[in-house]
Amino acid sequence: MAGLQSQDFARISATTFRPPDVRHDFEVAKLIDVSKCIGCKACQAACLEWNNLKEEVGINTGVYDNPHDLTPNTWTLMRFTEWDNPDTGNLEWLIRKDGCMHCADPGCLKACPAPGAIVQYNNGIVDFVSENCIGCGYCVKGCPFNIPRISQADNKAYKCTLCSDRVAVGQAPACAKACPTGAIVFGTKAAMIEHANGRITDLKSRGFANAGLYDPPGVGGTHVMYVLHHNDQPQLYANLPKDPVISPVVELWKGVTKYAGLAALGFAATFAFVHATIARRNEVSRAEDREAEHLIDEEAAHGRQGQ
Amino acid sequence: MVARDNDERTVRRSEERTTVDRTEGRVRVNHWVTAISLILLAFSGLALFHPSMFWLSSLFGGGSMTRMLHPWIGVVLMVSFAILFLQVLKHNFWNKRDTHWMRHVGDAMSGNEENLPEVGRYNAAQKLIFWTMTLVILVLFGSGIVIWYEYFGTSFTIDQQRVGHIVHALAAVAIMLVVIVHIYAAFYVRGTISSMTEGRVTGGWAFRHHRRWLREEAQKGVIDERQKPPPGRPRDLHPAE
Ligand code: HEM
Ligand code: SF4
Ligand code: SF4
Repeated sequence: MAGLQSQDFARISATTFRPPDVRHDFEVAKLIDVSKCIGCKACQAACLEWNNLKEEVGINTGVYDNPHDLTPNTWTLMRFTEWDNPDTGNLEWLIRKDGCMHCADPGCLKACPAPGAIVQYNNGIVDFVSENCIGCGYCVKGCPFNIPRISQADNKAYKCTLCSDRVAVGQAPACAKACPTGAIVFGTKAAMIEHANGRITDLKSRGFANAGLYDPPGVGGTHVMYVLHHNDQPQLYANLPKDPVISPVVELWKGVTKYAGLAALGFAATFAFVHATIARRNEVSRAEDREAEHLIDEEAAHGRQGQ
Repeated sequence: MVARDNDERTVRRSEERTTVDRTEGRVRVNHWVTAISLILLAFSGLALFHPSMFWLSSLFGGGSMTRMLHPWIGVVLMVSFAILFLQVLKHNFWNKRDTHWMRHVGDAMSGNEENLPEVGRYNAAQKLIFWTMTLVILVLFGSGIVIWYEYFGTSFTIDQQRVGHIVHALAAVAIMLVVIVHIYAAFYVRGTISSMTEGRVTGGWAFRHHRRWLREEAQKGVIDERQKPPPGRPRDLHPAE
């Protein structure tokens, strides 16, 4: 999405101001209905296709996940879990489309030290701006979902853009367009929540008592949401965190440490400068110069006796 | 006069003044490499520390260059400080006189050094700076490796790296405070800086601040440079005479 003015953004990384965000008309969201997904990976292929990315041919280690993790080129990845449901005795195949959640309160953006390397548009999409990215990897540690990947080739961070370029011209993301079962839908966040509620009612009527919407409040909600048949246990789905929050260590590091640190340094530098300028100098007197001569003569004589 | 081995004697008398050799050239070189690395690390680190200081990254050729260079300067610091550590360790062991001195540190700060016990080569505050620097540099190097994403991004878990970041940031603030105190003291106590620039201090300075050390050095004998003509200009050819 072309963000050409500060007003197009809700947040900009490493800036000392918050943009006015006056164009905050509506927020978008992508809803992934895990109960409808058949694991065909059309979305994963569409992502490579639209974003013109190439993934290396990998090695099979006995699971369907391919590649085995998100990479600088694989921004979305199907993660497969086989789960023995103890209540029903059924073997369930849980398939989750992993990728950036486009958090309302993004940990990546909070951690980033480079001005404008991570932005959040008025519509909620979180985007990385290569031009401003310095490749430090702070975003990787700020993210509660372990999403960003740094390319070894250019030392820039990459992740799902929620097809911000397509959304800017009124198109749905490529993955949503490609999905053959309608498991991925895209629209305003309000519409997606409504859509999800219909699905959840349906799932509950079919015995999935704990079906629900994954829109974690710990990160202010997300602009990529899941419908899960077992919303009480999101960890089942390849370790989707139950109550994700920005790590308290990161909050502390990017919060009070910075202000306390800057205050301490500013105070010490100012005090040292002022004191060194105005205080009585600690200077050697002429008397001390003379006394030094006596002492040297005395001690030198001692030294000779000691020979 | 019983001449001792010239190499051992450090007190020099010349026409104008008496000086005592205090810091050998090889130690001075390491001191300055360490000092410059510390300043560069402080500036490049601060650029990433807070947005209000990101402009410092232009001193290093932009954000990416700053991110790339900072840890390498850290490696230079680690090496030069390790050598400096070995060079001056023997003068920095703590003893009872240092504990006594520390109790009267207020007198030292207000310039009333008469009330303090005679000080050897380094006073207790200087030794404290030495040991704090040692500790904090080790912490910075350790945590710096943990957060060096380009090479060690996969060697540590993300949780370990998060802790590494906060430890590194706190230790960085600590070392910058120590550096400020260190530079301040060197300026405030007039006559100290020549110890690291020329390698020598005046007799009066040694008498005032490190009298025990001056005694020890004087006992080794005095190099008398008063009689010698200035090098390259034999006395009888000097135009003024
Ligand atoms: C001793 C070896 C050191 C190493 C290996 C090291 C390494 C690092 C690394 C890898 C980073 C992350 C940014 C990047 O990738 O460039 C960093 C950040 C930083 N370093 Fe160092 N560093 C060292 C020493 C120092 C020293 C002596 C200071 C202070 C004078 C310092 C201050 C900082 C600061 C303020 C940051 C930014 C921290 C933040 O964003 O909160 N570092 N360092
Ligand atoms: S999921 Fe991670 S990378 Fe995506 S917006 Fe949230 S914090 Fe940032
Ligand atoms: S690597 Fe991540 S945190 Fe660092 S500058 Fe790039 S986007 Fe920001």
